[in-house]
Amino acid sequence: MSDAALPSAGPPARRAKPRGSLIGQVFEGLCFGAATLLLASLGGIIVSLLIGGWPAISKFGIGFLFSSTWNPVTDVYGAAGPIVGTLITAALALIMALPIAGGVAFFLTELCPAPLRRPIGTAVELLAGIPSIVYGMWGLFVFAPLFARWIQLPLMAAAKPGSILEALTTGIPNGSGILPASIILAIMILPFMAATLRELLLTVPAAVRESAYGLGATTAEVVLSVTLPYVRQGAIGAVMLGLGRALGETMAVTFIIGNSHAFPKSLFDSGSTIASTIANEFTEATSPIHTAALISLGLVLFLITFVVLGLARLMLRQQGAKL
Amino acid sequence: MNTLNPAVDTFEKSIADVDRAQVKVDVRGLNFFYGKTHSLKGVSIPVAKNKATALIGPSGCGKSTLLRTLNRMYALYPGQRAEGEIMLDGQNILGPGVDLAKLRARVGMVFQKPTPFPMSIYDNVAFGVRLYENLSKPDMDARVEEALTRAALWNEVKDNLKGSGLGLSGGQQQRLCVARGVAVRPEVLLLDEPTSALDPISSAKLEETVMQLKADYTIVIVTHNLGQAARVSDYTGFMYLGELVEFGPTDELFTRPATQRTSDYITGRFG
Repeated sequence: MSDAALPSAGPPARRAKPRGSLIGQVFEGLCFGAATLLLASLGGIIVSLLIGGWPAISKFGIGFLFSSTWNPVTDVYGAAGPIVGTLITAALALIMALPIAGGVAFFLTELCPAPLRRPIGTAVELLAGIPSIVYGMWGLFVFAPLFARWIQLPLMAAAKPGSILEALTTGIPNGSGILPASIILAIMILPFMAATLRELLLTVPAAVRESAYGLGATTAEVVLSVTLPYVRQGAIGAVMLGLGRALGETMAVTFIIGNSHAFPKSLFDSGSTIASTIANEFTEATSPIHTAALISLGLVLFLITFVVLGLARLMLRQQGAKL
Repeated sequence: MNTLNPAVDTFEKSIADVDRAQVKVDVRGLNFFYGKTHSLKGVSIPVAKNKATALIGPSGCGKSTLLRTLNRMYALYPGQRAEGEIMLDGQNILGPGVDLAKLRARVGMVFQKPTPFPMSIYDNVAFGVRLYENLSKPDMDARVEEALTRAALWNEVKDNLKGSGLGLSGGQQQRLCVARGVAVRPEVLLLDEPTSALDPISSAKLEETVMQLKADYTIVIVTHNLGQAARVSDYTGFMYLGELVEFGPTDELFTRPATQRTSDYITGRFG
């Protein structure tokens, strides 16, 4: 208490020792450690991918990204085929899944009779939980034959020689290829996106919705002009997460994409994605350069995902600034 | 003061009538249910044209509920239902076959908290107009300016019409919501405690706006602020436990309340 008389004289030695200091310090240390661990593993993954892929990167250089030759016999590797396959399947999956996911979310939040909301919502979440290998098997054994019989063959038969449709539909009518893989991907990312969009739409304040209805807007006008713009930031995030999943999805795609390293020439042509190529070949990669090429592929996928997330952030920031 | 025959007679009541030729909205024997909860009990209230009618009463007395029946906003929610008659220009809006979107375009609403849409100030005001009218750009500009002027907001935002409605202060946002409601030229404007989230200066501006709007619109305002009801309204209804206890010209109700309960409420003895 003698300090009280000389408040400014004593050094702040006592204040440096907070109450309950041991628990506090341990807690802070643990939190700091957890965050550091995460960053360290991220850095570690990048570094190990770089080191592992270095033989391929140094041998093929930037051409690795643009060459579509993938030949384990002559040990010449170019990643253009899988890269293009990855981007096309993910983009097609997104284009197909997004409107349906939006429709499911709008239905559940605006139109669905109250007793049905919970069952349908639960079903959507269950769908999101199905392991991808199950989707893959279903795709290969059930979906592919049906697709070949009812979609691929009729389309090929309908295509006039020399037309754009013919160019898009050439291929072996076995039900596996770029488009069937995209459809399976779309089915896989749909529940996740629908569930996320639904959660987002539920965050719109009732008064905002009522204001729009109060001006004489119909449900469609309210949803499209008010509630959707209200959650667009989160919606873009949800879409990008779905895209991220589509980019990295492995097993289901491996089952049904046809696994050809060539540049896909049509929607029904066999192709490959980065993930499916790695999954298919890792156990068979005997030469060091083959392994290195696969690891480089992994690095490329990592970078693509990074760029997608970065773009999403950029879009969010620009929209946030505009708003 | 001739008393209408109320359906329920729990409290002593005094319901004045207004000149029948001047009635814009006539609520007759209205009962409202939230599921099994009976929250409006035989309410009958006339709303005079081009006047402001205030609804006062303690929380939970049903005044907001009554307001939400006038544009059938309750119909968005399953389990809420209204029985009785609400005649808008002689047509029962509770009847079957009423186009709710068109009804709500005729009966506008401003909410307790500001609810600007996530779009520019201009688009916020133009939003409702675009739903029903196909105006040319100059006409729309004029309409937006007129609405913002009426809401006493034009001078503050005229250089920033492309700016986001979310970037305004709370009071400005609320006046933007008034402008948005006015822009569609409704016949009736419902205000649900429009100043309860605002500071005193913004509240005063909004009251000013309401008083000017009376010339062209029929206004029903729910408020907890008795001074506000006394200042802006021509008629006042006092509600208690789901019933309309007293209704009459505002100056009479506040100076010579006819029932003890009203007197107790406006002198602050309960509520």
